[in-house]
This record gives sequence, structure tokens and C-alpha cells, in this order.
Amino acid sequence: MLIDVHAHFYHAAAPRADWRERNASRLAAGRKIGVTMHVASILGSWGRTSPIYFPSPPDVEVGNTALLALQREHPDVVRGYVTVNPNYTSHARAEIARCLGAGMVGIKLAASRRATDPLLDPICELAREQGVPVLHHVWQHRRRDWPGQEASDGAELAALAARHPQVRFILAHIGGGGDWEHSLAAVRATPNVYVDLSGSGVDGGMLEACFAAVGVERLLWGTDLTMDTGWAKLRYLERLLPPGELEMLQWKNAARIFPRGAFPAD
Amino acid sequence: MRIDVNAFVGGYPYRRVPGTSPDGLLRAMARTGIDEAWVSHLPSLFWRQPMEGNAWLYDIVTHEPRLKPVPALHPGVSGWERALGEAVDRGAPAGRCDPMYYGLDPAGPEMRVLAAACGAAHLPLMMAVRLEDGRQRHPNDKAAELPAAAVRALIRSDEDLRLLITHADRGFIEEVHFGSTPDEAARLWWDVSWIWGPPEDQLALLLATIGRDRFVFGTGQPLRIPEASMAKLDLLELEPQQRAGIESENARAGLLR
Repeated sequence: MLIDVHAHFYHAAAPRADWRERNASRLAAGRKIGVTMHVASILGSWGRTSPIYFPSPPDVEVGNTALLALQREHPDVVRGYVTVNPNYTSHARAEIARCLGAGMVGIKLAASRRATDPLLDPICELAREQGVPVLHHVWQHRRRDWPGQEASDGAELAALAARHPQVRFILAHIGGGGDWEHSLAAVRATPNVYVDLSGSGVDGGMLEACFAAVGVERLLWGTDLTMDTGWAKLRYLERLLPPGELEMLQWKNAARIFPRGAFPAD
Repeated sequence: MRIDVNAFVGGYPYRRVPGTSPDGLLRAMARTGIDEAWVSHLPSLFWRQPMEGNAWLYDIVTHEPRLKPVPALHPGVSGWERALGEAVDRGAPAGRCDPMYYGLDPAGPEMRVLAAACGAAHLPLMMAVRLEDGRQRHPNDKAAELPAAAVRALIRSDEDLRLLITHADRGFIEEVHFGSTPDEAARLWWDVSWIWGPPEDQLALLLATIGRDRFVFGTGQPLRIPEASMAKLDLLELEPQQRAGIESENARAGLLR
């Protein structure tokens, strides 16, 4: 088993004319790599009618609905995170109820509102009630505000996780650009934060630092936008870890933090 | 045969990196099936006199035939012509210059003189666009990335110059390739280390639009794990001879002649 906890798909209402090819490429590469489950999100209209990281409520619905359709089309290999914009609290809570009820298995918080903001609390409360993890977009050491997103960094995610100790949080794409050493130090002592290894970054020493900071039991394998780098990290880890520990980050840790029955072998 | 044209030895000043010794590099090469690596001396990239690292580089490759030296050439420092001559005499596959780290105008008069000298000496010139993702660099690591415009200017500046550009992404490569004449573009080689694979499939696209003969295998190790470049190729649908071109033959035919 190999669970990719950080995947994305596109849809017809997104700006890309090649959305079908990109989706097909992800599934084809997944077969080659051995991915047995893509746990994915769609961020609204991907910028077509509202910003990627500040999706409007209608775009949130369109994206989530498209992902539900993909999940129905590929029930053996696709699961969904419900994407929400916490600035629209009622809508976000209703969308979570709708999409989890339709079979999604987690919540995706991108960068519409800082992780330290109380507006995230009602979302996290729902995550606790429903027993689903929250995948939180993270800018590894945000030294300033970046255009197009209200990004959070590891320290801010740790603060959110401390407020909600019964919720499992996934720190997104440790290899996704930014100072991953800062993030690892920030979440080291926060046991309900898991680190996803996705992102285009394949820095020498990064994987060893992840183990040293949070241990293999808090690591999750993923790809995000670059499956080649995800596969590279997996191949590196195959040489580094004994089989039992490798299985933990390949799928056992994911199976533990997602709801029971989320994946076929559960 | 697999040649990594983009490897380093020696420590990095901005973060802890394992495997920076020659032995560490050789272990990583064995792990990933890399037969030969073209190596640069990483610490001296940040020195005022980068060419002072060349002696150490030549010394380590003397003891290890799987490593080929890519010595530093700083055209703003006295003695660079001698360093270039030594590179040729020692059979170096390329010389390297990183003008943004050296504090040089990347398309200025010193670089143009170096370009002409490399062209006349039939020594390919290697330049890195970047070493790390710009979002993660140390606060004091402020050298700008190599501009695509500088690569276009240099390849136009001397008709015998051959450039090997590492750590370039799709946009950079397309901008230089399609901003050059076919004759100019035929003297440019790109390593695959920074080009995205699926689902964006940017490497597959570039191989189709720019041509497989323009690409060579490179990793950027040990700053990056070499498995990444291996995975990119394994995710492509390549015939064995097409893959061999990228992994070794393009470098042999285009850069080692």
C-alpha cells in the first residue's frame, strides 16, 4: 500500500485547457510508482473566477463537487479533502458536512486565513467531531506576507494544533519551498501535527532532519505537484529505513489518522 | 553508462548537508547507479578567489577516476587564463563560472571575455541558474539567480562557445532556447535536475519541443538527492537509446568532443 496524502486534481471550470491530461498523468504516474490511493483536494476554480488561496464560496462548491465526481469515477484510488474558505464560516461548515457525508475523508485548509486566527476554530471543531484530519497549507518559515495567500508557517500551525489537541493536523509539503528546518523545529513538540513529505524540494539532509524532529510515526508520504520528487524521496527512504518503518510512512500512519474505513484495506 | 554532469564535493555554508565528501559522493553514486560524476568544489563557489579550490579538486579526482573535475574560472581575478589552460591540459569536461555568486555582471565584459576564451579552448562553460529554491535560501544568501537574458547574450557572444546550464526550470529553458537561433541553441545543453515530471510533465514536453539531444543527466547532489533525477527519467516513456542519450551520449557527443 502507498497512500499519497497530498494530491491535487483539476476540472473543467479551472483555467487549464490541459486539465484532463494532468489528471490522467497523475493517475498514470501513480500506477507506475505504486500509489494505491491519491488523497486529493481541488482549490476552488484554481484562480479562474476567484483566487486559488481565497476561493469564493461558489468556487469552493464547484471544486469540491468535481472532486466528489472524481472519487466516484475512481473509487479504488481517489479520496478527497473538502476544501473550505474559513472566512465564510457558515458556508465552510455546511460544505464540510456535505462533502464528508458524500465520502470525503479530510479537510483542506489552504491559505485564506492565518492558522492563528479564531475563525479556524469552528472548522477544527468539526474536524474533531467528525474524526478527520486537517491538511494545512504551510509556508516553511514565512518571513513576510506573500502575495495571493494568507499563508501560515509551522509555528502558526503548531499554535492552532495546541488549541485543538484532539485534531490531527498535517503540515503540508515540507519540501514545498521555504525553510523546512524552521518548520520541523516549530512542530517537534506538538504531537498532533504530522509532516507530509511532498513538494518539489529534494534537499540532501531534509529527510534525515524529518526523522530526527518528529520520528517516523509522524511522517506521511505525499507528492503535491511533482510526483517525480515524491518518488525520489520514497526511493531514498527505501534504502534508509527498515521495512516496518517504511510501511509506517507509506500508509500505516495515514491509515491511523484518517477515519476508519477511509481506505479499502482498512 | 550514466554520467552526472552536475555534482559537488565539499561543504555548503548555509545549511548542514550530509555526504559532501568525495567518499560520500561515491556512495551516493553507487546507490543510484551513476558511473561518472562531473564535480565542482562547492566551498570555493563562495570564496573571493574561487580558483583556489581547483587544486583540491584536481587532487581528489587524481585518486578517483569516476570523478571528473569541473574547475572554477573567475574572469575578474588575475590568473584565470592559466586556470583555463590547466583545465584543458587536465582533460576537464567543463569549467564553471557562477557570476551571480562571484559578483560579476553575468553578461558583462569579463564574462564575454571568458566566453570567448572557453570557445577558443573548446572547453564547455558550466553555469548554475541557482543552487537552492529561492524561497528557502539563508537570509544572508542574497546572490540573484542567473538571468536567462545573460545566457542568451553569452551564447550569442561567441560562435564557438558551448554552455552547459544546470538547475534551470522549464520557463528558463524555453526562454533561452526559443530566444536563440538554431545554431545558438545547438551549443546549449541543459541538465534535467530542476525540471518537473508528472503530472505537469514539463520534462516530457521539453524533450518533445526542444529535442532530446539538448538534455543531459544531472542531479545537483549532494545538495539534492540524486534519486530525483533518476525518478524523472523512470517516469518517462523512453526507448533505451533515447535514455542513453540523456544519461551519457549527449554529454559525450556534445560536450566531451
